[in-house]
Amino acid sequence: MLLVHCPYCEQTLPELEFTYAGEAHVARPDAATPVSDEEWRNFLFIRNNVKGPHYERWRHFHGCGRYFNAVRDTVSDRFLITYKVGETRPELSDLLEKSK
Amino acid sequence: MSNFRVAGRGRIDPQTPVKFTFDGKSISGYKGDTVASALLANGIHLMGRSFKYHRPRGAICAGSEEPNALVGTRRGTGQFEPNTRATVQEIWDGLEVTSQNRYPNLSFDIGAVNDRAYMLFSAGFYYKTFMWPKSFWDKVYEPFIRAAAGLGVSPTENDPDKYASRYLHTDVLVVGAGPAGLASALTAARAGLRVTLVDENAETGGTLTSEPQAVIDGQPALAWAEAATAELKTLGARVMTRTTAIGYYHQNMVGLCQKLTDHLPKPDANTPRERLWRVRATQVVLAQGALEKPLVFDGNDRPGVMLAGSAQTYLHKYGVRVGDSAVILTSHDSAWYAAFDLADAGTKIVAIVDTRSAPAAELLAQAQKRSIRVLSGYTATGTEGRLRIKSVRVNPVVNGKVGTAETLPCDCLLMSGGWTPSLHLFSHTKGALAWNDDMQTFLPDRKTEDCEIAGAGRGLWGIAAALNDGAQMGATVARHLEKEASANEFGVEGDRPGTGVSHKELPTDLNPGKARAFVDYQNDVTAKDLRLAVREGMHSIEHVKRYTTNGMATDQGKMSNINGLNIAADALGKPQPKVGLTTFRPPYTPTSFGAFVGYHRGDHFEVTRKTPIDSWAEENGAIFEPVSLWRRAWYFPKNGEDMDAAVSRECKTTRSAVGMFDASTLGKIEVVGPDAVEFMNRMYTNPWTKLAPGRTRYGLLLGDDGYIRDDGVIGRLSDDRFHVTTTTGGAARVMNMMEDYLQTEWPDLKVWLTSTTEQWATIALNGPNARKLLEPFVEGQDLSDEAFPHMSIVECTVAGFPARLFRVSFTGELGFEVNVPACHGRQLWEILWEAGQKHGICAYGTETMHVLRAEKGYIIVGQDTDGTVTPHDAGISWAIGKNKPDFVGKRGLERPDLVAEGRKQLVGLLTQDGITKLEEGAQLVLDPNQPIPMKMVGHVTSSYHSDAVGRPIAFALLEGGHSRMGETIYIPMPDGVINAEVTGTVFYDPKGARLKL
Ligand SMILES: [Zn+2]
Repeated sequence: MLLVHCPYCEQTLPELEFTYAGEAHVARPDAATPVSDEEWRNFLFIRNNVKGPHYERWRHFHGCGRYFNAVRDTVSDRFLITYKVGETRPELSDLLEKSK
Repeated sequence: MSNFRVAGRGRIDPQTPVKFTFDGKSISGYKGDTVASALLANGIHLMGRSFKYHRPRGAICAGSEEPNALVGTRRGTGQFEPNTRATVQEIWDGLEVTSQNRYPNLSFDIGAVNDRAYMLFSAGFYYKTFMWPKSFWDKVYEPFIRAAAGLGVSPTENDPDKYASRYLHTDVLVVGAGPAGLASALTAARAGLRVTLVDENAETGGTLTSEPQAVIDGQPALAWAEAATAELKTLGARVMTRTTAIGYYHQNMVGLCQKLTDHLPKPDANTPRERLWRVRATQVVLAQGALEKPLVFDGNDRPGVMLAGSAQTYLHKYGVRVGDSAVILTSHDSAWYAAFDLADAGTKIVAIVDTRSAPAAELLAQAQKRSIRVLSGYTATGTEGRLRIKSVRVNPVVNGKVGTAETLPCDCLLMSGGWTPSLHLFSHTKGALAWNDDMQTFLPDRKTEDCEIAGAGRGLWGIAAALNDGAQMGATVARHLEKEASANEFGVEGDRPGTGVSHKELPTDLNPGKARAFVDYQNDVTAKDLRLAVREGMHSIEHVKRYTTNGMATDQGKMSNINGLNIAADALGKPQPKVGLTTFRPPYTPTSFGAFVGYHRGDHFEVTRKTPIDSWAEENGAIFEPVSLWRRAWYFPKNGEDMDAAVSRECKTTRSAVGMFDASTLGKIEVVGPDAVEFMNRMYTNPWTKLAPGRTRYGLLLGDDGYIRDDGVIGRLSDDRFHVTTTTGGAARVMNMMEDYLQTEWPDLKVWLTSTTEQWATIALNGPNARKLLEPFVEGQDLSDEAFPHMSIVECTVAGFPARLFRVSFTGELGFEVNVPACHGRQLWEILWEAGQKHGICAYGTETMHVLRAEKGYIIVGQDTDGTVTPHDAGISWAIGKNKPDFVGKRGLERPDLVAEGRKQLVGLLTQDGITKLEEGAQLVLDPNQPIPMKMVGHVTSSYHSDAVGRPIAFALLEGGHSRMGETIYIPMPDGVINAEVTGTVFYDPKGARLKL
């Protein structure tokens, strides 16, 4: 069972308190303006499915209830970082440097 | 005392004799014995039959890695466990033990015919044999496979034992309490760390219990182990014996299974049988030692053939000689000591047969001192003896050529093919392994967790090496935790370090194709099977494993993995590291379901949610049905009514007088804030801006893919406050989805969401008398149709309770839904029930609710929709706000597939005979005479008897359904084809006149 750091609670807590919420930084196109079928398909269905560091969303479901972002390595199942919604997507090279 | 018991030896208590039964026969042993050691002390080696060939088998080990000696153990009703390892189960007075895989008994077994037919059961047997003809599957193959499948017999009674579960946080977890583990734990505990030391055995000491000759820092090995354990306890360390580390999970979480009562004659009724621990350790030391490998040769599985190290354990730990005349067959120095110790204890050593041509001079000298015959550079090519080994056939090997055989009579054959580090837990962490060519084994390499591996687990051999490495690793983890620690150097006398070589199957002068040279004893896999698998094209070790089932039994290949690898690598012509090992997975040893389930059984398996009115329903004879986690009153039978009769009466009463329904399970979400209306506009399809406070609207929720997710009536209480209702099953999902969009797509909106499902009790009153019943109790609102029309909401009091009152209907009748704080739910229900008597009231359940709503064409999301249904498909496009710039699902609805022709659409169905009720889920076809498989064009989603309509009614999703009105479609059923007419979905009061009373 993983330990997950909630960037809002600023605590590292058991995975049981959290739920996974899919890939992060998939922006919902503004549907008030014309959006092509392809663009909408990509938003709905197309995901990176990466082997390695993956930008993804988690929710501190049984805690503060907040959604947040994370980078997790899908090979080692390690979190490289968790960060708040709205914060800039961290550069992978910086993270990999730090994790060494 | 039996002939095989050596007085004064072992850790058993000779003052406490113990009697248990084995296949009904009384057996004597001592406290401290295992089933296996007690049987061996009585000269019994035959303990079971093998899984596939039913070959007679005895214990080959003395520990948890045992593949053969699996038995059933029984304490009492429901307290039966199959596949218990006889080498682990401690005996107590009255324990009932039975052997397995035999009929009618252990020494004569009919299933052993499989053994004669072994040529038929080679690798891939299942894949090759059970292929055709197809008709054989039901009658021949499946019964055969089922009868042959599985080890032992499943218990059939409920397990009355308790199982517990706990969490533990510790600085250092040390797995294995042998010399390395004890030294690690001591070093870390002396440095002031919280230490937890676990071992699967009944006592600490590990290999020291098998090597009492050693002297550690001037103390006999066992005395040292006892002192070390005592010091650990004094230092506050937690020492847990009979506790197996079963799995090593992420971030140093280790699962432990602690056995608390299996060794006790009369356990305390309140003591759990087992306790599962979830340990989160800052640092872990793996000190699990090494497992001895068998040698692979024809007949290496007869009772009496055993690992040499285990024979030594039986001698020193249990005071049991495993036989009177032994042949030692080895490729490693360690087995020589078994020969010497057994010789000194009175067993005749017929010969030491070493596969190596030049054993160490020191060993030869010791053998000579005891006048033990030594055959070096030899192979073993066969054994004799039906239920117990009688002799072994050995041959010299010179320059790779197998010479003339000699037969050595014996009653036990003690073998050693060298030692394999126990890598299971390390492998659970996905730690990398590196092949060590000198040792011909894999060793732990790159780590993924905060752990250290100490002692034999990383290939260090001997007590001194284990102790010193353990201390070093203890100091290392202490330093990781920023503690000063120094590693002791231990002085050890009587140590027995040694070396050996590793083999594939031993060379033979006989036909290797006929050799029964077992690699995996538990799954009956032979060297020949592995070679056949490679010949038949299995070139990956994972394929070889699955094709032959090598390493797939409950012992997970603890003994067979490296032998299997050596043989497969040879067959493939590749070096071992290029072939690689298969994956070890938790649990390390078989673990009971009880331990995993813990407290979550019976009523505690899953919560049952009950409404505040549930108790009334129960007292009034309701039959319940589960709806998501809720239990809901299904119907209220009166005077022995069956379900149809009760539902028919409830429907009639509601349509003609008044019915009362507990709707408390409806999901409720309070949407509040200055941007609440904007939020609702974006979440739901409907327009909300113009909905005045005091009014309600049917709300439809889509996903961004355009498909229906949920629905419910939503009331606007004020400009900035909505009372949202959801489906019973969808409440949590909808709340989650709202939070997701609010937090991540529209964080600028000032809206607060609160789940209020359990805060409100909801009572629905439906029927022409509903107003007459309710009116006298309502204060603060005129209930007339003019003042409080259909689809209104108001905050008022009902019977003195603060209430949110809806005028709404899910039945098509005049309807109200009263929401009061949950604590008043039952009281209000009883008041209305009492007052309702003069209005002809009935209570109705979910089945009547379903019938009444279906008569009116109201859909149920999740029953009439399945996650691929659009509002248009469901015939509710009217709920979409066409002028809104955006809402969840708006763009999705324009997707090419969603606007295409021929989509499945919701329609009504009336069977043409007017009598037959369709089956929900039944498939629809356009032409019943087409050949099978027919083209299916839809299915029935809802179907009921309807008294109001006077015939059965149904909904269906049907391709192009909206343009098929009036057409006939066909429903092929096992007993004939049913014809039905496609209709609209509103069967009753299409103009809605009854709502407006
Ligand atoms: Zn949090």
